[in-house]
Order: sequence, then structure tokens, then C-alpha cells
Amino acid sequence: MAAGLMAGKRGLIMGLANDKSIAWGIAKAVADQGAELCFSYQGEALKKRVDPLAQQLGSDFVLPCDVADMDSVDALFAEIEKRWGKMDFLVHAIGFSDKNELRGRYLETSRDNFLMSMDISVYSFTAVAKRATAIMPDGGSLLTLTYYGSERVMPHYNVMGVCKAALEASVRYIAEDVGRDGIRCNAISAGTIKTLAASGIGDFRYILKWNELNSPLRRNVTIDDVGGSALYLLSDLGAGVTGETHHVDAGYHIVGMKNPDAPDMTRG
Amino acid sequence: MSDIAERTRKIVVEHLGVEEDKVAENASFIDDLGADSLDTVELVMAFEEEFGIEIPDDAAETIQTFGDAVKFIKDAA
Repeated sequence: MAAGLMAGKRGLIMGLANDKSIAWGIAKAVADQGAELCFSYQGEALKKRVDPLAQQLGSDFVLPCDVADMDSVDALFAEIEKRWGKMDFLVHAIGFSDKNELRGRYLETSRDNFLMSMDISVYSFTAVAKRATAIMPDGGSLLTLTYYGSERVMPHYNVMGVCKAALEASVRYIAEDVGRDGIRCNAISAGTIKTLAASGIGDFRYILKWNELNSPLRRNVTIDDVGGSALYLLSDLGAGVTGETHHVDAGYHIVGMKNPDAPDMTRG
Repeated sequence: MSDIAERTRKIVVEHLGVEEDKVAENASFIDDLGADSLDTVELVMAFEEEFGIEIPDDAAETIQTFGDAVKFIKDAA
């Protein structure tokens, strides 16, 4: 398409799994405004899902990347530099923990899973931000996804809450590091959305219903809601915003207690 | 053939891109219909959405065949 908020901008989307993914909501929103996209996937099972989605947005630039392997991360950005020369934005929608530890007590988290979750869900953003910003000579925008379980205790979120707190802190440190080069770094703290990743979280349907009944907007957010806010942060509309954790959660993060009008709920 | 079975079959056919007559009562999602582990999670999510039910993880693990899925959904819906 011709003019658009993202016209002439090229960026990488990491962590697309299927058409329920938050990364898909973001990819659609920026592509609709003229962005040119590259997608990374981990493993063949995801490649066969990402390929057709990329095609829908006019992209044939789909590359493998295992963020736990720095050679793989290096290879990804080498490919992007080879084809594009430079890039303008990065979306990081990646997190992982053993789902057996996303229920029960946080105290039971194993050291192995703690380290793996921090590596995949936190360090990976720092690793890709370093490489992406090296090929952003004209400035740019980095975006990652977080969740309110970083700020307040949410049932079952456990080690991921600790990871997301570290991720949000790293957003602030990265923002300072790259700000002088005209590069911005932000996070979107998305409300509860039924994605493939969320399917690993215990009692998720109950959590969704609770948010719907108790958020100021009295609904859950959609991947398109997140896409709209991401468009603002990734485009020049957000030119003055960096280091921010922006809540796209129907306002849930301001709520102090249950809405008295909401019905009592039992675990279905 | 019940309505629930038909709706369930339609989801499986669309999601896995298989022929309708392959989706038999005892067809295993993974062994007979070519599903990978992500497909099985996505199918469970699609069943939950279609029928407005919750399929907990431990139940999802027991749903191996098309017949297993229909039986679980009938009991839950």
C-alpha cells in the first residue's frame, strides 16, 4: 500500500505461533499501515504455521531462530542485514516456562526451570535488542510483551511473573542505552488473552472471566487492541515515548478490588 | 451421527486439513491424522471455543482420538 504510518519501515516479528497470537495482532496492524515484515520461528512445527500467515501479509521473509542459541540469533540478524541492510523496528513476543511450574506454589520453582525461563523470556530480549539496534542507523523502535503478573501476584503465574518483572526492568535499561541513537524501547502489558502460550496457565478460563467482569471496560482485550497500541509505539506517533510499560488491559491494572456488581464466581 | 460429532469433525477437518472420511471414531489425531503436539493444543482450544466448555490439561491428555474428543465434549456440554 502507499502512504501509511509504517510506510517505508521494515521490522522483525518474533514469536508468532498462530492467528490467536498477540504477535499476529501486531503484525496485522503494522502491515496494514505499510510496514514490511520479517518473521522468525522456532522449529518446523511453527514454520508451517508462520509461513501462511506471513504470506497473508505479503511477506516471504521467514527465518528460523532459537533464542536460546546465540549462533542462531547471530545468523538471524546477519540474514536480515544481508537482505535489508538495516531495520526500523523489532517485536519480541517470546516467553517460556515449564507449564508444570505455572500452577501451585512459586516456591516450588526448580533452579533449572528458573534459569531457562529467565533465559528464554528475559535475556532473549536483551540479546535480540543488541543485534537489532546495531542495524538501526536511522533510529528505531523495540517492543516486547509483558503481563501484570510482574507487578502484582496473579494465580499460577509464578516464575513468569518474576521473569516479566525482570523483562520490564530490562526495557528501562535498554531504553537508556539506545535512546541517544534515536531508538526507543517499550513494553506492552497486555490483558489476559486466550493464546497458545496462555493455554499452559492453570485456571485460565477463570482468570479471563474475572478480568472481563472486573476491568473498567468490562471486557477482555483482543489481539487487535494490542495491535493498535503497538502501532502507536512502533510508528512515529510514539516518537516521544521510551522506557514505558504501557498497559493494554481494559484498565484492569488500576482496579483495587472486585466489582461489587460482578457475580460471584466458582472455578468452572 | 449427532450434532456434536458433526461440529467436532468439522473443526478437525478444517484444522488439520484432512479428508472428512478419514476422521473416524477411532482415528488418532497424532498417529492417523498427522497432528503435531501444537495441533493437539490448538484443537482443544478450538473445541473449547466452539462448545463453550473448559477442557483441563489432565483431561486434554486423555483425548487421543476423534471418538475421545466427542465423548468428552458430550459429557461436558
